[in-house]
Amino acid sequence: MLFYSYFKTLVGKEVTVELKNDLAITGTLHSVDQYLNIKLNNIRVVNEQKYPHMLSVRACFVRGSVVRFILLPPGSVDVELLHDATRREARGG
Amino acid sequence: MDDQVLLPPNIEEIPPPGLALVEELDKLLLVQLRDGRKIIGTLRSFDQFANLVLQGAKERIIVGSQYAEIPLGLHVVRGENVVLLGELDLAREPPAGLELVSEAAIKQAQRAEREADKMKGTLRARFDFLDDV
Repeated sequence: MLFYSYFKTLVGKEVTVELKNDLAITGTLHSVDQYLNIKLNNIRVVNEQKYPHMLSVRACFVRGSVVRFILLPPGSVDVELLHDATRREARGG
Repeated sequence: MDDQVLLPPNIEEIPPPGLALVEELDKLLLVQLRDGRKIIGTLRSFDQFANLVLQGAKERIIVGSQYAEIPLGLHVVRGENVVLLGELDLAREPPAGLELVSEAAIKQAQRAEREADKMKGTLRARFDFLDDV
């Protein structure tokens, strides 16, 4: 639940999602769900020529299970907040 | 962001896990599968595992500047194979700058591309060996 809550605070920010198949997509975070499925708007594929099928795609839904990692805008990471939440989650869980 | 406290969501706030794709219903989607295939179809149904029902599905194969579409009809896709779903911008369909060819022609182009990649692989392996020497 912690990461679901955390990503909800990042809705509207620009993130880059790198998938396990090496595809990397930059876009505005539209929504996230408890499986960490991600919906992005206004997407831009990082290596466009390599993935021509994505040219006509503006918005996409990425299944949480295929995400390798999510690159966040550096200013949006409040380390203290995350530490507190992690400690609370560890105590409660 | 600094003023917010990370609270666990209230039970009412947590959306049931099945609603993620409800906005995509009846839309023309490009679905990329784990094996690299791209299927285009109209989303008619889904569930919390991202199992999908696609109507009028076709597989689009793109090789270089050529593409082909193989009709598949009504398709059910198991969610574990889904990588991503993209909303196709109808204004940019059919994709500009690509030439539509037949299924046979695209399969040939695919085979040629695979051979070329294999050749590149072996050449690179040989050069890497030389680097170590």
